[in-house]
Amino acid sequence: MPKVIYVSPAGDSREIEVATGTTVMAAALKNGIDGIVAECGGVCMCSTCHVFVDEKFFSRLPPAQDTEEAVLEISAVERRPTSRLSCQIKVTADLDGLIVRLPEKQR
Amino acid sequence: MKNGAVIVGTGQAGFQTAASLRAEGFQESITLIGEEPHIPYQRPPLSKDFPLGTQDFESIELRPKNFYADHQINLIAGERATALDRTTRQVTLASGSRVPYDELVLATGARNRLLPVKGAELDGVLYLRSLDEAVALKERLKTAQEIVVIGGGFVGLELAAVACSLGKSVTVLEALPRLMSRVVAPIISDFYRELHSNKGVKVFCGAYVSEITGASGAVQEVALSDGRRFSADLILVGIGVVPNSELARDAGLRISNGIAVNEHLQTDDENIFAIGDCAEHPCIFAGARIRLESVQNAADQAQCVAATIASRPAPYRALPWFWTDQFDIKLQMAGISHGHNRIVTRGNPESRKLSVFYFRETQLVAIDSINRPLDHMIGRKLLAAAVPLTPDQAADESVDLKQLERAFASQPKP
Repeated sequence: MPKVIYVSPAGDSREIEVATGTTVMAAALKNGIDGIVAECGGVCMCSTCHVFVDEKFFSRLPPAQDTEEAVLEISAVERRPTSRLSCQIKVTADLDGLIVRLPEKQR
Repeated sequence: MKNGAVIVGTGQAGFQTAASLRAEGFQESITLIGEEPHIPYQRPPLSKDFPLGTQDFESIELRPKNFYADHQINLIAGERATALDRTTRQVTLASGSRVPYDELVLATGARNRLLPVKGAELDGVLYLRSLDEAVALKERLKTAQEIVVIGGGFVGLELAAVACSLGKSVTVLEALPRLMSRVVAPIISDFYRELHSNKGVKVFCGAYVSEITGASGAVQEVALSDGRRFSADLILVGIGVVPNSELARDAGLRISNGIAVNEHLQTDDENIFAIGDCAEHPCIFAGARIRLESVQNAADQAQCVAATIASRPAPYRALPWFWTDQFDIKLQMAGISHGHNRIVTRGNPESRKLSVFYFRETQLVAIDSINRPLDHMIGRKLLAAAVPLTPDQAADESVDLKQLERAFASQPKP
């Protein structure tokens, strides 16, 4: 299974095997990664699953839809060029080793 | 010896209170008590992806089962709280056991309003609130062919869209003159009526159900007060909810349209809070005391109460927002439109990109958006910060709302 590496604001990283097709958000919740809140359940209504995607991987992701782009405008920590909502990133074999960094806060 | 925090209700509000208390560094014990036999789960998918089959229980759990033990949250699922003793600070459970508290959070939610007509008890009349009801509904949808939905609000229309997508014959009966009339402007109601009609859903407004008839105990027809009849083998009822206030009422707490709380979401007993669907609270955006049924309200009120209990009190000031998914269209709503006396629009229904801006006199109070997500998200900032926006500016597409918001945010504040 592809691996996803979650890096906490303090710099601690955890590597998790994620089934293909699972979102980066769902895998975080399932594996007890603090720092992903996912208040709306993954429907692009809140920004509480915001992550910064490592630059090496960012361009490999399908581009964000308008709904996701809009949500990034309200993130608790201001968006950066590599900001994404982890509920919109589905893990694929191509993304093996994906690194996402968690913001200081989600609300 | 401290008794810690006890939370009654395992919905979104109860769950979030427990999770936020730990996130806030609360060190005492946390007990989360719920009537349902399941671990806390999300309700919104129950009328959308869950009956469609695109989400299962595991994908709607708010957190996996081990979350509770991992965070020292004592989850008691499948037990009803039957009484509060405010003198000894104890909650009595149906089993007779008693749980002592220092702080008590009532997140008891709401229950479905029942259809008050003859025949409503027949087999084939279903309501939707809980997971168990959603499982039953999903099962019945497999074999049902003719579905009548009573109630043209969010839940009724979401279910109508699901049933239609599953290839069923669907009729929606709404008593009021238009769909979702309690919350949205006529232009939005009309848009949704057309959306449903184009997909093949038959929509009737001003339709008062007077009776449900059946044979051998099973539903057969829905009769309206004007004599019209609709045959049905499954009837889905979504006509609103009633707040679960009885536990608080029986303990002598003040009740209005729900459990009455102050701006700190505290009842008249300073050690007892009420949040989520069951709580009537003062809302600065509505300029009134209101009760809301939404994920946002549940989660934000939970966060507010958790901070208060963890000694970081602040009044509840979060902006209300909502959404509904019907077919491939998401309606995003921000603010409280109640009491508005002027609306202006951006976009139009024909392009399926439309925002409606609601004003109370000159004050922007709410925005509803269809396929204009940036209007919604920037709109939340405009509403939360009370950024001045005139109706003319709102209607003028050349006025960039994001720029307007940024300019306001960067102004020096007195």
